[in-house]
Amino acid sequence: MDLGLDVTEREGWAILAVRGEVDVYTAPRFRERLIELVSQGHHRILVDLEGVDFLDSTGLGVLVGGLKRVRSHDGELALVCTQRRILKVFEITGLTKVFSIHETVDDALAA
Amino acid sequence: MELEIPARLEFVALARLLVSSFAASTAVLPEDRIDDLKIAVSEACTNAIEAHGAADTAERVLVRCRDADEHLEVLIEDRGAGFDLAKLPDHPPVTDPERLNFERGLGIPLIRALVDDVEFSSSSEGTAVKLVMHHGDADN
Repeated sequence: MDLGLDVTEREGWAILAVRGEVDVYTAPRFRERLIELVSQGHHRILVDLEGVDFLDSTGLGVLVGGLKRVRSHDGELALVCTQRRILKVFEITGLTKVFSIHETVDDALAA
Repeated sequence: MELEIPARLEFVALARLLVSSFAASTAVLPEDRIDDLKIAVSEACTNAIEAHGAADTAERVLVRCRDADEHLEVLIEDRGAGFDLAKLPDHPPVTDPERLNFERGLGIPLIRALVDDVEFSSSSEGTAVKLVMHHGDADN
């Protein structure tokens, strides 16, 4: 199962575009990529979930861990997501109160 | 439909694909409810496969689906060491900074929120999770 993890940089943010399905099998690659970004000095990370077809609690856990890591460097981790089925898992778990979630990358960078 | 999946993490995707295809073929659930079921199956199969890993057993995990009169039912059975639902740790509130120390433990709350009914039966010989989705567009 392919998981796309493409990084670009804009306006001081590392933008991590995730594509595919995030579950217990693919989540370790996602976690490693976030850890790598933080260790490279990227402490403002925008995770673009628009290309994600599926995300379960393992994916939520990776994002929670990523947020903890950037906050330990006084950084930020924000999300781009408009897909109802993905947003639903954030709403059920209350994580909409933890993450800053935007409709587009431009909106996130302008916030 | 019944399948036995190897207790390896890469097979979680296959389990949810087959269950969602079965649900779609019965045409008793709208698409968004099939998406809910997919997540619940993914969570239950993840727990089952991890239970097999912890118990060091090479046995397969059973996934069974059936369309009953008024509901669709999915059963996931493992041969792990079982767990006590009452002893699962509570997370701090999401607004508490300590909440970020918990990357795990969201699976069972998600299952409970996404399906219409769920039953957990667990003993030292394994765990069975029954997920029930009522026909139609029943909301939680």
